[in-house]
Amino acid sequence: MNAETSGIGVEAVTKIYPSDAGPIHALEAVDLRVKRGEFVVLLGPSGCGKTTLLRLMGGLLSPTNGDIRVSGRSLWRNGERDAAVSREMGMVFQDANLIPWYSIEKNIALPLQLRGINKSTRTEKAHELCDLVGISGFEKRWPRELSGGMRQRAAIARALSYDPNILLMDEPFGALDAMTRDSMNLELQRIWMTSGCTIVLVTHSIPEAVFLADRIILMTPRPGRIDRILDVNFERPRELDLSASVEFQEIAKNLRHRLEEIS
Amino acid sequence: MAGKKSWTWITTPLLTIAFFAAWKGYVYWFDVSPFILPAPEKVLIAVWHLLHEELIFNHIRVTMTETLVGFFFASVIGVGLGVLLGKVHWLEKALNPFIVATQVVPKIALVPLFIVWFGFGITSKVIIAAVLAFFPILTNTLLGIKSLDAGHRDVMASINASRWDTFRHLDLPSAMPYILTGMEVGIVLATIGAVVGEYLGGNEGLGFLAVDTMAAFEVDALFGVIILLTLLGFGLYACVVALRRVLTPWHESVQVHRPKDN
Repeated sequence: MNAETSGIGVEAVTKIYPSDAGPIHALEAVDLRVKRGEFVVLLGPSGCGKTTLLRLMGGLLSPTNGDIRVSGRSLWRNGERDAAVSREMGMVFQDANLIPWYSIEKNIALPLQLRGINKSTRTEKAHELCDLVGISGFEKRWPRELSGGMRQRAAIARALSYDPNILLMDEPFGALDAMTRDSMNLELQRIWMTSGCTIVLVTHSIPEAVFLADRIILMTPRPGRIDRILDVNFERPRELDLSASVEFQEIAKNLRHRLEEIS
Repeated sequence: MAGKKSWTWITTPLLTIAFFAAWKGYVYWFDVSPFILPAPEKVLIAVWHLLHEELIFNHIRVTMTETLVGFFFASVIGVGLGVLLGKVHWLEKALNPFIVATQVVPKIALVPLFIVWFGFGITSKVIIAAVLAFFPILTNTLLGIKSLDAGHRDVMASINASRWDTFRHLDLPSAMPYILTGMEVGIVLATIGAVVGEYLGGNEGLGFLAVDTMAAFEVDALFGVIILLTLLGFGLYACVVALRRVLTPWHESVQVHRPKDN
């Protein structure tokens, strides 16, 4: 597979929501190419369509116009989402959304269960993933017995269970306290480097964006479009202390100024 | 939890004793006629005698069968229809006025009609029990199916779950606490339905026995029958409550709250 077709291609995508007060232009002719293995962060003020863009990439919404391509194949065909294409993607939401009546282990293995994979293979995979995301020993617990950060780790494990190439994350740490959030950012970087998957993450936190991203896609509202794309070239793995560096502060400051202008 | 439990182990018997003492005190000090309210010990003796009557277990069995069979049909149809209406919005919209209409009909007033239609046997009582138990089960199921969390729906969509998978893993278990609430109300109403049916027609069951003892002016026996009915209702209700622990062990209503460690 060549560089042109691997990863995600967003091609002239427009999304219009109908509403009582007339149609709402959530996204206007957005073009974006996410390379395989890249960590891309969508950043912007509320109403800029970043979540809409992510949900479009994940196939939870269909574009009004334009095309979403994953590894060169269209996500939508004749108004139906192509399951073979969406299988390449895992999603993580702001809330962990673990299913309360299943143990952590069963939650993580649920996508595999739906694919008809036998129980011993599923359990083994769930254990591996618990290890990867750092919640070993909690396999048999109920979701409600875990803290917010641990639940979100389990949600990441669930999204990774069927080995997707791409992880789409919608403000995954938005509901966590600042300290947990920092450690989750570090963890996510580690998981990304270990699994080698492509990540697209939505956030409205500037430091989180600068810390995690290879590229930051800054978006503007009304209608949602891409304002600018910014490369972040710090070495990996990045340490939390990086955020105290002059270069980091400079990028964050520029982003903040631009965000103030556009929102 | 352990502390709470030992606490009710003391209060429940104490309150029961206090209730019987107040009853006895009232009958004794106010010189109440035994035809109005017999003394508690008379009633307990009547219960004892009732339990030694030849046909008593047949009466209990008949009332229990009517209640359980009616409740079973009410559950199957109520949950089935509730799920269907919860999933198919246009059908719910179309049928809603009729559901409300049938719900506000005083169904007890239909009991004589059911006896005319379905006879003095067990069938008419089963149907009355089912009709009474049906509505709370239907409305709670409907509410449960419609209260589904949007975030969970997103998750199921993102992992390509089929409609059936989503129903099996998400809709049904998430509606289960609501369904069980409907069933708790339903089992009580089913018991009432069976007993009212027996009042008005037939020659079997605890409801018939109540009318029969009343007709013979055996007031302490009537109270005895009421106590047996209460115990029967209590037992059936407890079974449905126990179902909650089996079917929704994950739910707040079952689990003990413990502080979360962050």
